Amino acid sequence: MATTWKFTAKEIVEKPDLFTSGHRACAGCGPAIALRQIMKATRGPTIVTNATGCMEVVSTIYPYTAWKVPWIHTAFENAAANASGIAAALKAMKRKGRLQEDIDIIAFAGDGGTFDIGIQALSGAAERGHDFLYVLYDNEAYMNTGIQRSGGTPHGASTTTSPAGKVIPGKRQYKKAIADIMVAHEIPYVATASIAYWQDVLMKTRKGLEVEGPAFLHVLAPCPRGWRYDTSKTIEIAQLAVETCIFPLWESTDGQCSLSPQSKIVALKPERKRPVKEYLETQRRFRHLLTPEFESEIDNIQKMTDKRWNKLLRRCNLVSL
Amino acid sequence: MTVVSVQQNVLALNGDEAVALAVKQSDVDVVAAYPITPQTIIVERFSEYVADGEVDTEFVCTESEHSALTACLTASATGVRTFTASASAGLALMHEILYVTSGCRAPVVMAIANRALSAPINIHCDHSDSMVERDSGWIQVYVENSQEAYDSIIQAFRIAENPEVLLPVMVCLDAFFLSHTLENVRVLSDDIVQGFVGLRKIPLVASHEGKKVPFRLDPENPITIGPLDLYDYYFEHKRQQEEAMNHAPQVIKRVHDEYAQLSGRRYGNGLIETYELEDAEIAAVCVGSTAGTAKTVVDELRAKGVKAGLLRLRTFRPLPTADVKEALESVRAIAVMDRSNSFGGNGGPVFHEIRHILYDSKTHPHVVNYIYGLGGRDMPQSLIRGIYRDLGEISETDRVESRVHFAGVRE
Amino acid sequence: MTEKQKGWKEVPVAGVCWKPATDYPTGDWRTFKPIRDPEKCTKCLLCPMICPDSAIEWNRNTEDIQFDYDFCKGCGICANECPAEAIIMTREEEEA
Repeated sequence: MATTWKFTAKEIVEKPDLFTSGHRACAGCGPAIALRQIMKATRGPTIVTNATGCMEVVSTIYPYTAWKVPWIHTAFENAAANASGIAAALKAMKRKGRLQEDIDIIAFAGDGGTFDIGIQALSGAAERGHDFLYVLYDNEAYMNTGIQRSGGTPHGASTTTSPAGKVIPGKRQYKKAIADIMVAHEIPYVATASIAYWQDVLMKTRKGLEVEGPAFLHVLAPCPRGWRYDTSKTIEIAQLAVETCIFPLWESTDGQCSLSPQSKIVALKPERKRPVKEYLETQRRFRHLLTPEFESEIDNIQKMTDKRWNKLLRRCNLVSL
Repeated sequence: MTVVSVQQNVLALNGDEAVALAVKQSDVDVVAAYPITPQTIIVERFSEYVADGEVDTEFVCTESEHSALTACLTASATGVRTFTASASAGLALMHEILYVTSGCRAPVVMAIANRALSAPINIHCDHSDSMVERDSGWIQVYVENSQEAYDSIIQAFRIAENPEVLLPVMVCLDAFFLSHTLENVRVLSDDIVQGFVGLRKIPLVASHEGKKVPFRLDPENPITIGPLDLYDYYFEHKRQQEEAMNHAPQVIKRVHDEYAQLSGRRYGNGLIETYELEDAEIAAVCVGSTAGTAKTVVDELRAKGVKAGLLRLRTFRPLPTADVKEALESVRAIAVMDRSNSFGGNGGPVFHEIRHILYDSKTHPHVVNYIYGLGGRDMPQSLIRGIYRDLGEISETDRVESRVHFAGVRE
Repeated sequence: MTEKQKGWKEVPVAGVCWKPATDYPTGDWRTFKPIRDPEKCTKCLLCPMICPDSAIEWNRNTEDIQFDYDFCKGCGICANECPAEAIIMTREEEEA
């Protein structure tokens, strides 16, 4: 479904924040940027629910709240079930004539709450077809508890539970292809986005809200503390992830997959595809890979990135390289 | 008291079906559930009501009990009436969300078909599943028969949603003995039940926008539910929950009285039911369907001139402390029957409570404990007779040889 | 924050929040302060959209960008990303 929504930057900056300042996210927080951008794309009355995690904690430190929309948090593994209950309630109220207006539902969860502990509730809600947008803000580890590895942590990253040691160079496993898993649920809309491209984030949010049924938006949101880089580099790194094809941008509408402009240009002009090393070098979570001892790991990451990129190109009916 | 009851039909229903019917009649907006024996019939019957267009409830078949209760919780927070049902492992899986539900003050109603916990896996009756949740902030009602299951579900919505209470309610019925056993159940008409439960009233709450707004997720009046609440305020919120529990007994009694006016049915005072207890010298205390068997034994003993009585706890949370104390204070020897055990805890949970209540009595009756019926083991009259026989000895000798017993287990 | 804390009879039920986060300034977290050169600024509106703290606003009256130093945590993203290089980060204590 193509959206008819059009916006100018001025309209968007003038729209009051529904996720406000005064939240206690760290300086340079990528997920906070993601939430701000997404909440700028709402189209009307909206209810938000959050899984336990960084964004839940920093936005609602009692008695303060950074939310100008109705908001509920219940637990870690159940953001999609929260949304299911809200959706069911709204549906029942409408059927009984106790509610007239259309209300959108957005569920936010981090990578831990999505790739790992929340995947069962997410899969169930997707299968049942509730009308809601699920936003995965992915900072690639359990940052709220102190940088532990999750199913969304990339290969080679050093975290407190996948530390780079003398014999094991960080996380051994590759990042779970969570958005592909959601595509396999045959829900109407799945997309990836990066906070480096705010218009794209907003447009995909709006599309996710507009479709009937579940939509899944996977937003890459770098974390200065966990990825170990200077707080000013959040957007730069979020952009590099796209330019290296570590995190390509695409959307799948009713099963039709297409690359978003920022990744499509790389597909069309392969010389613009930057080596993963340029991305890895920006973050001290990968620092150990830059030693002679473990540098073959960089090749492995490049190979896996290429393999996944080529698979994506094939799915988008673009020539595999 | 003169009871003016309305026209009622008598239906042959098992406990689960009686629960499903009560839910159907109570104008429930959202039912979210997951199947587990022996609760499944509730969900199946309700699905049929939905499939036949007999209810306009939104029925959500979740992928787990955890999500079922979560969905009920958030639907309830959105302002509607919700119901779920579970048992055993399912309730255990809900454990985390039980606390969240009561903490969010969501008046969810849940039926529990009490079943043993694994391992080894067992589908039959005991109270291990719900007893372990006694501290979760839910009101717990244990019923004796299917009729009471039906009546209690209807009352539960009124109790849970009362603004002075605003707590979730568990109605516990014994697996198979009640859940699967046909009984004649007198049922009220749909109109009468709907009139009794009414529309859910939403209390007001102070919001971060400095307004008093309905306590629900409403885009026109946004509120934040479920924040990070640290050492500066968490304790105050828990104290509020205790206060809500303190309000519950009066509300339970009032709703019970009002319902009795309609139905003609009473279960003691709504909190406890006493049976031949007034002049009793020896008495048993139990929850659930065992009370039926125990009453028969009491009748038999009374016919022989033995001053035996019975106290059935109907609400375990809130614990009707004053009622229990008053009812048992003048009894000489008391046997508390527990259909669950607290391993290493010197007796079962009901025993702990009853003995604790009687610690403050001047008469200091002897209180002993019988753990029985685990995993659905039958509790025949003969065993109950044995318990009263033991009580007779204690009463006579004024001595307790052994405090905690296991009734019906092979040596 | 020395205001008297409320007792259990006073606070709203269920942990419903009763203060907006905008009552909680985070500007004092800052070590570096963004300073904009209005001459260089093209008002492209990128910085308000990539600020994690809603600390860069569009003022409708002045038709211009303005920083909200009550909330700016000084992360430096705006300075790093500004295509016109119109924002520099300065150490707080360096200011007169």
